[in-house]
Amino acid sequence: MLNKLPPVVVHLLAALGCLVLLVLLTFAADPFTNLRIATVGYYLIAVAGLALLTGFNGQVSLGHGAFMFIGAYTVALLVKRVPAFPIWADLLLATVAGGVAGLLAGAAAARLRGPYLAGATLALAVGLPAVTQRFPELLAGSNGLSFTVNSQPAGLVGTIPSTQWQAWIVWLAVLLALVVLANLARGKLGRTLRAVRDDEVAASLAGVHVGRTKILAFLVSSACGGLAGGLQAFLLGTAAPGSFTVALSLSLLAALVLGGLGSLWGALWGAIALVYFQVWTDDIAEVLSLRSDISDNLPLALYGVVLIVVVLAFPAGIQGGLRKLWVRVRRPVPSQRGEAS
Amino acid sequence: MRSSRSVTAVALASALVLAACGGAGETPANNGGAKSGEPAPGVTDTEVVIGSHHPLTGPAAPGYSKISVGARAVYDYINDGGGVNGRKITYKVEDDGYNPTKTVEVVKKLVLEDKVFAIVGGLGTPTHSKVLDYLTTEGVPDVLVSSGALMWNAPEKHPNTFGYQLDYTREGKIQGKFIKEKLAGKKVGLLVQNDDIGTDTQKGLDQFIKDQIVERKTYDPANTDVTPQISALQAAGAEVVVCECIPAFTALTILTSLKIGYKPQLMVSSIGADPATLTGLVEQFAKQGGTQVSGGALLTGIMGTRYLPSVRGASDPWTEFFKGIHDKYIPQEPFTDTMVYGMVQAYTFSQALKAAGKDLTRQKLLDAMSSGELKGPGLTPFAYSKDDHAGYTGALVFQIAADGSVNTLEEAMTTDTESGEVKAVDDKRPTPQEVKLVG
Repeated sequence: MLNKLPPVVVHLLAALGCLVLLVLLTFAADPFTNLRIATVGYYLIAVAGLALLTGFNGQVSLGHGAFMFIGAYTVALLVKRVPAFPIWADLLLATVAGGVAGLLAGAAAARLRGPYLAGATLALAVGLPAVTQRFPELLAGSNGLSFTVNSQPAGLVGTIPSTQWQAWIVWLAVLLALVVLANLARGKLGRTLRAVRDDEVAASLAGVHVGRTKILAFLVSSACGGLAGGLQAFLLGTAAPGSFTVALSLSLLAALVLGGLGSLWGALWGAIALVYFQVWTDDIAEVLSLRSDISDNLPLALYGVVLIVVVLAFPAGIQGGLRKLWVRVRRPVPSQRGEAS
Repeated sequence: MRSSRSVTAVALASALVLAACGGAGETPANNGGAKSGEPAPGVTDTEVVIGSHHPLTGPAAPGYSKISVGARAVYDYINDGGGVNGRKITYKVEDDGYNPTKTVEVVKKLVLEDKVFAIVGGLGTPTHSKVLDYLTTEGVPDVLVSSGALMWNAPEKHPNTFGYQLDYTREGKIQGKFIKEKLAGKKVGLLVQNDDIGTDTQKGLDQFIKDQIVERKTYDPANTDVTPQISALQAAGAEVVVCECIPAFTALTILTSLKIGYKPQLMVSSIGADPATLTGLVEQFAKQGGTQVSGGALLTGIMGTRYLPSVRGASDPWTEFFKGIHDKYIPQEPFTDTMVYGMVQAYTFSQALKAAGKDLTRQKLLDAMSSGELKGPGLTPFAYSKDDHAGYTGALVFQIAADGSVNTLEEAMTTDTESGEVKAVDDKRPTPQEVKLVG
C-alpha cells in the first residue's frame, strides 16, 4: 500500500515515525546520552551529504570538515552579532553558507578528477581554518568563539533537560534534511548523479550536463556539511579552528566507508560508529589499565583496526553486510526488487 | 515539482513552529544559576569523584600528556594513606586532543554522566574557555585551570573558577624588570604566540623594556617554520630574544637560530622552559631534519622563569617529596618539571579539599580556595581571596648550566597584573611536613 504513495509522502511519514521514536528514546535516556544522540545526528547529516557526493556521484572530498567549519562559524557569528535571530534562521543560514561555499568549490572541482580532486578538497580543509588567524577581531583567532545558545521555549525550561531539547532540534533538522536528500537520491537528480558516476561520456550523450550535475552534487553535499557544522555549534556552543582539522574530514570519509557507500543508511551506521567506537574503546582502555602512553592511543588504534577489518570482510561497509544478511534470510523469495510500475 | 513544493511547505511550517522561541543569542529572562545548597554530586562518605580534560593525544600531547600521570600518582599516594577526610579521591581524566569541540563533549560527560564534584586542572586556553560558561551555569567548581590566561580570574562572572599557573602578564613584568636591570642597554627582540599568550605577555614586558625592544614577531602554532621571524630578529640586531613559546616552538627557535648562525641570549617563559622536555624536543626535531645535535649543549645558557621547584635545581624538600611519590608509583615514567606541575596541582587541590572539611559541599570547597590560607609547594604565594581568583603571583629567573642543571639568577619575585611593584617574596614556603595530608 505504501508503494502507491508518492515517495515524498513515504519519506515524510518515515521521518515523522523516526522523530517520534527518537523523542521517546530521549525520554528513556539520561541527559548525557541525549547529548550523544544529538552528536550522532549532526555527524549523520554530514556523512549523508558526503554519501550523496561520493557514493552517488563518485566525487571524493577530503575537505568536508571545511564546510562544517563554515556552518559552525555562521551560527557562532549570528548568535553573537545578531542575537535577535531565532536558532532555526541561524541554522538555515549556516546551510546556505555551506551551500554557497560548496558551489564555489564545486565549480573548481568539476574540472578535477581522482587524486587531483582529493588534493584540492584537502587543501580546503587545511587552509580554511587559518582564516581565523587573518581576522582575529571577528573570528577570535586560534581561541575561537564561545557562546550560549538560547533556544528552549520558556515553558520547557526546567521541565526537560536542555540536552534533551537540543537532541530534538538536531534530529528535527537532520530528518528534514534527510527527507530532502532521500527525495533527491530517488528522483531524477539521483539517476543523473549515478549516470555521471558510472560513465561521463555516456551520460553526456544521453543529454546530461555533466559539469552542472557535479556542481549540484557538491552544492547539496556541502549544504549538508554546513548544516552539520551549524548543529554542532548549536549543540556545543563553540566554534574554534582546532575542531576542524584534516582529521575531522578524514574521519567523516572513514565513517562513510565504514557505514557503506551508496546508501543513506550507511551514513547512519557510520555516524553511530563515529560516536560510539570512541566510547567503547575508551571503556576498553580503562578496563585494561595499561601504561598511559599505550592506553592514551588505544582508542585510535582500535578504530583503525575495526575500519580495516570491516572493509576487508564487508567491502560494501556495514550496510552492505546487513543487506547480504537480509538477502540470505529471505532467500526463498526469488527477487526483492518488486517495484510497482 | 509538486513534491519539492511540499517539502518546502513542511520545512517552512516547522520553521514557524520553532520561531516561537526567542532569538538564539538572547539571554532568557530566568536562568538556572548556580545550585549551591543541594547535596554535592560525586561525594559519598568514602569517595570524592573529580574530573579533568587533558590532551593525551594530538599536537599538544608531547609533554603535556604527563601532567595527569603525575597528578594521578599523588592521588594514589593520598588514597593509600587513607584519603582526605576519610574520602578516597577518584580522578577521571578525559582526552580532548586539544580540540575545543571534544573538550565540551568530555566535560559534559564528566558533569552529566560521571557526576564529578569538581573539574580540577582542565588544560588549555582555547579548550577550557569553551566550558567556562557551562561550568558556571551548572555550579561545578572549576579549580586550578592549567593555563596562564587572565580570563580565569573573574570572580564576578565565574565565581567557581580559579586559576593555577602564573599568568602571562605577571611573568612578562618579572622578565621585563630582570632584563632592564641585569641585561641593561641590550637590544631585545620578541617572539610570541599569536594569541593571548602574546598579547598578555607584552602588556607586562612593555612596562619595563618598551624602549629596549627593537623587533616584535609572532608565530602561529600551526606553522612550524619560524625562519622568517628569527631572521627578522637577527636583522634588527636583537641581542636578547624573549621567547613566549610553547615547548615545541622554544625548541624550533633554538634550532633555527643555530641554522642561520644567530646567537642571542634566550629568555623563555615557564610554559616552554622545562629543560628535560626541551632537550628531548631539540634532539627529536634535529633528527627529523637529518642532523644530530646535543640538546644539552644547545640549551646551555638559556634563561627562563618558573614558579615551581625544578627537578634539576638545587635540592628542595618538595622535589624530594614528589620524587619519593614518583619512585613508588610511576618509576617507569621520566621525572620532569612538567610532571611536577601536575603533582603540585594535585597536592594543592587535596589541601583545599582537606580545608573544606569533613562535611563537604561545593560551596565549602570554593570557600577554602578563596580563604587565602592555601600555601603549598610553589615558590610564590597564590593570589586567592574573595575577589581575586588568580593563581601563582610570581616567579624566579634561572639559567641552564652546561651540565643540564639550573642555577637561580634572581630569587622569586611577586607582582600584580597592573602596574604594581615587582618585589621579593616575603612569605615563607611551608615544608611537606608542615602541610602533610597523609600519616
